[in-house]
Amino acid sequence: MEFFERFAIPNPSLAIYISMVAIALTMVAIVAGLTYFKKWGYLWREWLTTVDHKRIGIMYLLSALIMLFRGGVDAIMLRAQLAVPDNKLLDPQHYNEVFSTHGVIMVMFMAMPFIFAFMNFVVPLQIGARDVAFPRLNALSFWLFFFGAMLFNISFVIGGSPDAGWTSYFPLAGNEFSPSVGTNYYMLAIQISGIGTLMTGINMITTIFKMRAPGMTLMKMPMFTWATLVTNLIIVTVFPVITVALAMGTFDRLFGTHFFATSNGGMDMLWANLFWVWGHPEVYILILPAFGIYSEIISTFSGRNLYGYKSMVASMVIISALSCMVWAHHFFTMGQGAVANSFFSITTMAIAVPTGVKIFNWLFTLWKGKIRFTVPMLYSVGFIPLFVIGGVTGVMLAMSAADYQYHNTMFLVAHFHNTIIPGVVFAMLAGLTYYWPKMFGFMLNERIGKWSFWLLSIGFCLAFFPMYITGLDGQARRMYTYSEATGYGPLNMLSFIGAGVMAISFALIVYNVYYSIRYSPRNIGADPWDARSLEWATHTPIPEYNFAIEPHVASSQAFWDAKKKGHELFPGKLEKIHMPNNSGVPFIMGAIFFVWGFSMVFSLWIPAILSILAIFACMALRSFERDHGRYISVKEIEETETKLRGVN
Amino acid sequence: MKVDHSLPLEYSTKQNGLNIFGFWVFLAAEIMLFATLFTSYFTLEHRTAGGPNGTEIFEIAPVLIETFVLLTSSFTIGLGVHAMRIGRKKAMMTFFVITLLLGLVFIGFEIDEFITYIHEGATLQTSAFTAMLMTTLGTHGAHVTFGLFWGTAILLQVKKSGLTPETANKSFIFSLYWHFLDVVWIFIFSFIYLKGMM
Repeated sequence: MEFFERFAIPNPSLAIYISMVAIALTMVAIVAGLTYFKKWGYLWREWLTTVDHKRIGIMYLLSALIMLFRGGVDAIMLRAQLAVPDNKLLDPQHYNEVFSTHGVIMVMFMAMPFIFAFMNFVVPLQIGARDVAFPRLNALSFWLFFFGAMLFNISFVIGGSPDAGWTSYFPLAGNEFSPSVGTNYYMLAIQISGIGTLMTGINMITTIFKMRAPGMTLMKMPMFTWATLVTNLIIVTVFPVITVALAMGTFDRLFGTHFFATSNGGMDMLWANLFWVWGHPEVYILILPAFGIYSEIISTFSGRNLYGYKSMVASMVIISALSCMVWAHHFFTMGQGAVANSFFSITTMAIAVPTGVKIFNWLFTLWKGKIRFTVPMLYSVGFIPLFVIGGVTGVMLAMSAADYQYHNTMFLVAHFHNTIIPGVVFAMLAGLTYYWPKMFGFMLNERIGKWSFWLLSIGFCLAFFPMYITGLDGQARRMYTYSEATGYGPLNMLSFIGAGVMAISFALIVYNVYYSIRYSPRNIGADPWDARSLEWATHTPIPEYNFAIEPHVASSQAFWDAKKKGHELFPGKLEKIHMPNNSGVPFIMGAIFFVWGFSMVFSLWIPAILSILAIFACMALRSFERDHGRYISVKEIEETETKLRGVN
Repeated sequence: MKVDHSLPLEYSTKQNGLNIFGFWVFLAAEIMLFATLFTSYFTLEHRTAGGPNGTEIFEIAPVLIETFVLLTSSFTIGLGVHAMRIGRKKAMMTFFVITLLLGLVFIGFEIDEFITYIHEGATLQTSAFTAMLMTTLGTHGAHVTFGLFWGTAILLQVKKSGLTPETANKSFIFSLYWHFLDVVWIFIFSFIYLKGMM
């Protein structure tokens, strides 16, 4: 019995039992559904074993949406608990678990896969390539992310969720103060998906540097591709840091080392430093691709070239460099002295300059443009003022002396949600609407989309602006309740209402997908938005080889020039095309990593060692495998092209 | 697969070029990994919590042997890649075998060193210093051990299918990996052992 006790939830509640039943029912429903409709073979052949960047992108997208729902439910629980003073909806332990998983899921398992969805789907098309540089590795990256996310998510029904915050500061995250296995899940799940992220970084950098269409010099790349390049350079630079930090944290928890402990010479601040050396660039890993998407959308719907292309590129490069020099601003109050605080204060404020350059460039792109207020454009235009508010409060927080007032209050919570929601989430929803027709062959309904944009914007303002005020009044973050005498009650109730409005908006987005699947017209052509870059130059649905003939490029808006100035995009003739074969190994390896992570969480050493051996066996299998891919013949390409032209 | 004969065998196809470029990017990430380990080591170096410090447990003789063995292996793998470029399969294989044997000797010394540390009371749990020392050395050692298996797998493939664009590409990438581990060792030797013994 003792063996099984460790898998029990340390702090059970009715909600968790209901979730357990719901998870079990969902899994039964999925298995039954797949069996009934005889879709197992289809699932395995077309999706689980795919190495096609477009399908991997779509799988990232679906995972991100599911995680958005999970993280969103967490958020509603948090706001419901704080809606009235002295609320007893959640107990303190449960509250700790919910805000910890909310943070990790939204950053690591919602925002990251969302940006990878667009990177994977869009970048090879934008640069005129047939796939990424290492298609098989790309599949492995996805499955590592996916199984890392699954490992993290089962924590709340098996063994207990992490409860030390998404930052998991030591010594709080050590065994002494976090005795449940929750923090083990944190360390291992992020480690597994982080390895996948690092490999995506390598893959994307190689793809962008080495596989661009003829004529596409670096300074003729579309802005989203530039954003992807800079982002992945940051990924390769900082993800190894979190790899090491998580490994050390795992050692502290499982093997009794004292890296971050307060005894035997350990240093808790080393964790804080390593975490934020990764953690701060991480937020730029999220926002730079968002900037890239806004650049594409604003340029398309203003009917103009992006204003200040060179300064856009330069500002991203400067932001990426500065992002690695600001980490200590997360703990100004922890006593590293005036000189260090001043340095990090100045570097942090300096980031506002290149970001401001970008804001003005977008405004100048709009200037004298023929603006079309489609849903993606609404998100992009709404982003500018809201994000500026987040940026200005960021500069307030950057002043180390003043930070003593803001630190660890709701003011900070308001600030970073103010940058991440209008910054990243709006961009993802804009990108979702913008690229949806290219992915699925029909458009999302504009009217419902506009409703969800307005509800989301209004809900966002209602939910987060009150926190600026309560934060300045001293309401601490991560406190599960407050007394009535503090007077925070009404504003927190307002936040809860705002969160409810946001939830309605997300529900509308789901309804929009359903509605559009049923009623949207399918004959939309390959270029429904009258767009400017190469991803719109191929058919919808996109053939697996992307472009029958390699495109030739002469500007950063090659497709626009082809439409309006008669630039010849496809001057060559058809040749046979080399494509990689599908493989089940990445999926299987991901699954083994899941078993490894789970065994490590519960210190089950024998399955842990066996799964490591199995992982190496997969790698050896790959090394000895002879897989030279396959060729698509000219005849086959001609048939596909004729068929697709018929559709359009 | 289009083969471009004007380039060395390991670069001769498009995918080969991508593989080598991608591996350089991977090595950049590895540099960051070891840089983080070194930074943490320098932070925790003097936090011995009453346990042994570097001066007490480091011994120059085995460390010097390890250094010479590993540096020599870097030289022999360089000769191996040269032999590969002039198409001498047998010479290439011989040099790779010598490289891997030297790697094995290195690992042998390192395991012995760890056992000695543990006998002297410097275990993973003793202090932040010992834990960090063993993690840094262990990460390098694990890389070398992984390299032994990887190198063997490549040798078996060269033996079976000769010097093809594919096997040449793998061998060349493996040599990059091996040289990189040597560079890391030079930093370990200088900034962990020599600095610790002074």
